Amino acid sequence: MSATLLALRGVETCYGNIIALRGVDIDVNEGEIVALIGANGAGKSTLMMTISGDPRARRGSITFAGRDITKTPTHEIARLGIAQSPEGRRIFARMSVLENLQMGAAVCGSGHFVEDVERMFAIFPRLKERAQQRGGTLSGGEQQMLAIARALMSRPRLLMLDEPSLGLAPLIVKLIFDVIADLNKTQGLTVFLVEQNAHHALRLAHRAYVLVNGAVAMQGAGRELLERPEIRAAYLEGGQ
Amino acid sequence: MDLRQETGGGLWEALRDAGAAALVTAGLSFPILALRTVENLDNKLELEQRWPLMFGAAMLVFFGRLAARVPGAGVAARWIVFVCAAFAAIYLVIDAWGMDADFPAPELVALAVALAAMVGLWLTAPFAATSALARKQQGARAFLGARSRHMEFAGVFALFAFPLLALWLLGPQGSLKWINNYGVQILIYVMLGWGLNIVVGLAGLLDLGYVAFYAVGAYTYALLSTVFGLSFWICLPLAGLFAAFWGVLLGIPVLRLRGDYLAIVTLGFGEIIRVVLINWTDLTNGYAGISSIPRITFFGIPFIDDDETGFAARFGLEFSPIHRTIFLFYLILCLALLTNAATLRLRRLPIGRAWEALREDEIACRSLGVDTVSTKLTAFALGAMFAGFAGAFFAVRQNFVSPESFTFGESATILAIVVLGGMGSQLGVAAAAVALIGGMEILRELDILKQVFGESFDPAQYRMLVFGLAMVVMMIWKPRGVVSSRAPSIYLRSRAAISGEHVGEGRG
Ligand SMILES: Nc1ncnc2c1ncn2[C@@H]1O[C@H](COP(=O)(O)OP(=O)(O)OP(=O)(O)O)[C@@H](O)[C@H]1O
Ligand SMILES: [Mg+2]
Repeated sequence: MSATLLALRGVETCYGNIIALRGVDIDVNEGEIVALIGANGAGKSTLMMTISGDPRARRGSITFAGRDITKTPTHEIARLGIAQSPEGRRIFARMSVLENLQMGAAVCGSGHFVEDVERMFAIFPRLKERAQQRGGTLSGGEQQMLAIARALMSRPRLLMLDEPSLGLAPLIVKLIFDVIADLNKTQGLTVFLVEQNAHHALRLAHRAYVLVNGAVAMQGAGRELLERPEIRAAYLEGGQ
Repeated sequence: MDLRQETGGGLWEALRDAGAAALVTAGLSFPILALRTVENLDNKLELEQRWPLMFGAAMLVFFGRLAARVPGAGVAARWIVFVCAAFAAIYLVIDAWGMDADFPAPELVALAVALAAMVGLWLTAPFAATSALARKQQGARAFLGARSRHMEFAGVFALFAFPLLALWLLGPQGSLKWINNYGVQILIYVMLGWGLNIVVGLAGLLDLGYVAFYAVGAYTYALLSTVFGLSFWICLPLAGLFAAFWGVLLGIPVLRLRGDYLAIVTLGFGEIIRVVLINWTDLTNGYAGISSIPRITFFGIPFIDDDETGFAARFGLEFSPIHRTIFLFYLILCLALLTNAATLRLRRLPIGRAWEALREDEIACRSLGVDTVSTKLTAFALGAMFAGFAGAFFAVRQNFVSPESFTFGESATILAIVVLGGMGSQLGVAAAAVALIGGMEILRELDILKQVFGESFDPAQYRMLVFGLAMVVMMIWKPRGVVSSRAPSIYLRSRAAISGEHVGEGRG
């Protein structure tokens, strides 16, 4: 059994007096793909952002690679090796694709920048064609590729993706999920994935959590959850 | 592939286009060049007619445009056409002028030809590049890059030559206005615009109190020189440091603010500094300000009318106050170029990139490990530092400072320069400063308006109106400023502006 990379214990997060997370326990082991699914407003994005330190957890603890990061400043958390592709992609719209990638590499210096850019272009050839284009003028799918590539530029130990399939054509969704699976298999990259697209996410993930109203309601192996009737009813009806 | 298609039509179309451009030029230059008011011996205004000037300008534009548009011609051919046309136009003008005795004809011709050639090169290069693009894209990009470097050098050279040229053509009396009112005055605002551009244009932090740092710089020099007798060259870096310190001091409380809220707080900060300057009379002498601030020296040699120690005597020149003005011009030119160079350099460094990313998306920045606190503070500090330098320069130039010079109106003008210039574009900011500040000066002098609106009309009073009108027109016509394109700081292989036309069609 591989070591625990990220561990959340009783994490509670509030926005003012709205409680978004009510004591969440989650483990992500090294080399795993872990998925988090849940309805709109369940608190999935809040959980991702809390791990990154913005907003801060009010209670509970977050440990990354054996180190307590509950109170670590946001930018230092990124430097420890947690990269995030946030909800809505958040591409730097007026900067070129290459500059976006440069920003991703900011935390690890420019030592292997060229090498890493070539790696990204090999994964997403589409980005190479668009290297000089403004981020804001990319299509939604290209922006998503760029967001993932930008996160990968920091050579993270843990890659967090918030709804990478949002608003994308099935073919692009498949491409992106294939890339994630491939990175995990060939490079042992640990991935923590938030998804609305439960079908894809659960098939891809080794393990998965279901978040309901800011608390973990169910957990288990991805494919096992996929079989459960209550999951099918809540998240997959009308889907495939 | 047919090149005619690419350069946009045949000879006929080029002729028509050139004709249209010439007509526009004639129309525009009619009030400016063709008519001039002069006072006659009875002190009455008279209209002097200068039609050859107008025709010359129109001709120049016609041939320049034709050379640029004529299909299928090589670069050399375009050049030759244009230079010949320039010669012809200039000779026409000078001939019609009747070759006044004091009219420095040959020199002026040489100068005008050089200028015309430069403009011609600039005009024709993109078209030449278009045809090159059809043959070889890479070559075209290299060519465009070379052209812009060419233009940078030419521009800087022209700026350095400007005061000497003005002096030579107009003499010490006539050139003072040009060097001082236009040259120095505009350059101060170019520098302030570039400094504020770091904060507003690059880092996206809307600062309405920028003039406060300008004031800090000015008072730093004023006080240190009058109280402690420190020289300008020691005070200059101190003024920058001091202003930067205040920049950080302002930065810390407003770290969490953005947009409108930040604007309001910085506005308040600017006013606080001014009110302190007014009320702390023990230190600043209040409204009366600080006068008899030591003037600039040539690295220790004063610009005075003295046979022994003065600048003119030491360098074997005849004394003239213009020497000081010219030195001030070069000083502010160097300071402005320093600001520009620093900004361009920083843009290529991680900190500059972080500023721009911060402007785009703060949350994304933080999740990528950017320390937003120190990034914002460095933007505030650096922007303030350049304002501090400019402030010290202002004090040494005026040798008098008072709170009157640092009102909100100044902040607004500087901000307008940055916004009109295109938020982040160095060239755009400079162009906007020239247009706004130069335009105000010109307006002050437009006596022709008195003829239209009567003797009591004071054009200077209406400059804010014109200013506002220009702003509205700009925002409708070019809402993103004069230069809205942004050159990326990193390229795949060679330089190329980010734009759709340089990007191949996507596949799949
Ligand atoms: N900045 C905020 N201020 C106040 N409330 C917030 C804020 N951000 C999120 N919330 C609330 O917290 C709850 C959880 O939001 P969150 O964005 O984490 O949901 P989510 O699970 O990601 O939903 P979706 O699938 O729609 O993205 C929601 O009720 C939301 O309204
Ligand atoms: Mg969400």
